[in-house]
Amino acid sequence: MIRFEGVTKRYAGGSAAVDDLTLTAPTGQITVLVGPSGCGKTTTLRMVNRMIAPTSGTITLDSRDTAALDAAELRRGIGYVIQHAGLFPHRTIVDNVATVPRLLGWDTRRARDRAMEVLDRVGLDSTYARRYPAQLSGGQQQRVGVARALAADPPVLLMDEPFSAVDPVVREQLQADLLRLQGDLAKTILFVTHDIDEAITLGDQIAVLRVGGRLAQVDPPERLLANPVDDFVADFVGRDRGYRALGFQAPPRVALAAEPTVALGASPQQARAATADAWLLVVDDAGMPVGWVQPAHLTTAIGPEHLHRGGTVARQDSPPRAYLDAALSSPSGRGVIVAADGRLAGTVTAGEVVAALPHGIPESLATQGDSTREAPRA
Amino acid sequence: MTWVWEHLGDIGGYAVSHALLAGIPLVVGLLLALPLGWVARRYPPIASVVVGGSSLLYTIPSLALFILMPLVLGSKILDAINVYVAMTIYTVALLVRTVADALGAVPDATRQAATAMGYRGFGRLVAVDLPLAVPVLAAGLRVAAVSNVSIVSVASLIGYPQLGYYLTDGYQRSFPLEIGVGIVGCLLLALLFDGAIRAGEWALTPWARAGR
Repeated sequence: MIRFEGVTKRYAGGSAAVDDLTLTAPTGQITVLVGPSGCGKTTTLRMVNRMIAPTSGTITLDSRDTAALDAAELRRGIGYVIQHAGLFPHRTIVDNVATVPRLLGWDTRRARDRAMEVLDRVGLDSTYARRYPAQLSGGQQQRVGVARALAADPPVLLMDEPFSAVDPVVREQLQADLLRLQGDLAKTILFVTHDIDEAITLGDQIAVLRVGGRLAQVDPPERLLANPVDDFVADFVGRDRGYRALGFQAPPRVALAAEPTVALGASPQQARAATADAWLLVVDDAGMPVGWVQPAHLTTAIGPEHLHRGGTVARQDSPPRAYLDAALSSPSGRGVIVAADGRLAGTVTAGEVVAALPHGIPESLATQGDSTREAPRA
Repeated sequence: MTWVWEHLGDIGGYAVSHALLAGIPLVVGLLLALPLGWVARRYPPIASVVVGGSSLLYTIPSLALFILMPLVLGSKILDAINVYVAMTIYTVALLVRTVADALGAVPDATRQAATAMGYRGFGRLVAVDLPLAVPVLAAGLRVAAVSNVSIVSVASLIGYPQLGYYLTDGYQRSFPLEIGVGIVGCLLLALLFDGAIRAGEWALTPWARAGR
């Protein structure tokens, strides 16, 4: 657990980067610090490993005051990931990852073995181990950055906009991988981003900071979306927060309609016999949906080249957002819902999903939580 | 040409002496410039004093410095120590700025990352800053090496034997071949130093060749 108590960072000239911050990052959870530039989120993060010294207030790690510890030893016990990874260009990937174990006095062999193990964990092939950072893509370097932070198995991880310099597709992958890793490792993570979508995707709790380093609201993502504490937070969490909030609700109670299907390789006649509708769903041998075809336009047996793949697929246990997205993206207007094993369960329309949504904000989210500290601006 | 063959032993001896007079101060000067350059980098207010002061040393005419040395060191006029010390001063003068620049060329993000991993000051300098400073250091070292080879030849005016002897002696005897031997000898020696530093840089920076 990381605990900030009345922490203020004031620079010469008097302007506060962080102003009287009291905040707890619970053990085993991801706490995201989010806010516009100048809100002091990076300063807050860097005060934890004493890269920046607070002007006043205390920061404790599992109830040990960080100010009382030796700075270098404190840092060896805290994983640190930054934008652009910050790898050592003159060291091979495996030696980059082995950095902290070596600093802790492990012998080279043990440190390298451990580094290889962690590289595997973050999804990097062992063939990269002997290369230099310049030979890797931005996304791969960022994975190495995460591996380096995890190498000595520290209980606490600080991540400073680690994914903001990579392209959106890679970023989504890295986010998913982080969540997967976190599922196994349950680290106490403090994560800084300026991207509210990233905050909502990753955070168990989100702390919104306003310019001048004042805490505006701390809450789990669903509560933040449902009940922003003031105009600043409401603006910051964005226009489509109502839609995004659907990502945190229980699966909608909606009856799935049986959907006619054909197998890949079926003839045009079989396809036209299967349905009277303009669109027909195609499944593979295992019963998993692979795409839609228009039977009327078929002249040859159904092959991969006929498939319309624009529609997303929602799992039955997904929140309403995934159901709605499947329906809205499907060319037939019928969203494809699959069981946990990936086999077709049925289809729903957007109207059916919306009708099944609870009206208004759930009672549990509508009231302001205890964790909301600061009163709205007067 | 027969003159060259007859004097090959002397030429070799002078070349070795020249190489030592230029090379030893190069190494010692680098070792002295490293802490000075680090201090200049670390404490900006005194950087201008250290860098400016050392650059000023370089403007002292070499002949004057060679002649001054016995007065400062209390040595005899023909002692080799005079040349070694004077050359070391020139090397330091050239390299302090290079070291400061080389350490400054280390990316800030890398330095910060190293500190955040838990490196202490000196450990980080040795493990991260210096290895990354090698390309800039090597470039400065090559300039200093060539400069040393050329300045050492001036020491023949105070009678200390090395390849520069062929320049003064050849001039006095109006013997162009001897002057040519001196020039070619210095040139080859400078190329040798340059090549050796390049080779050292190549061996120390496999990472700089990666990803190209």
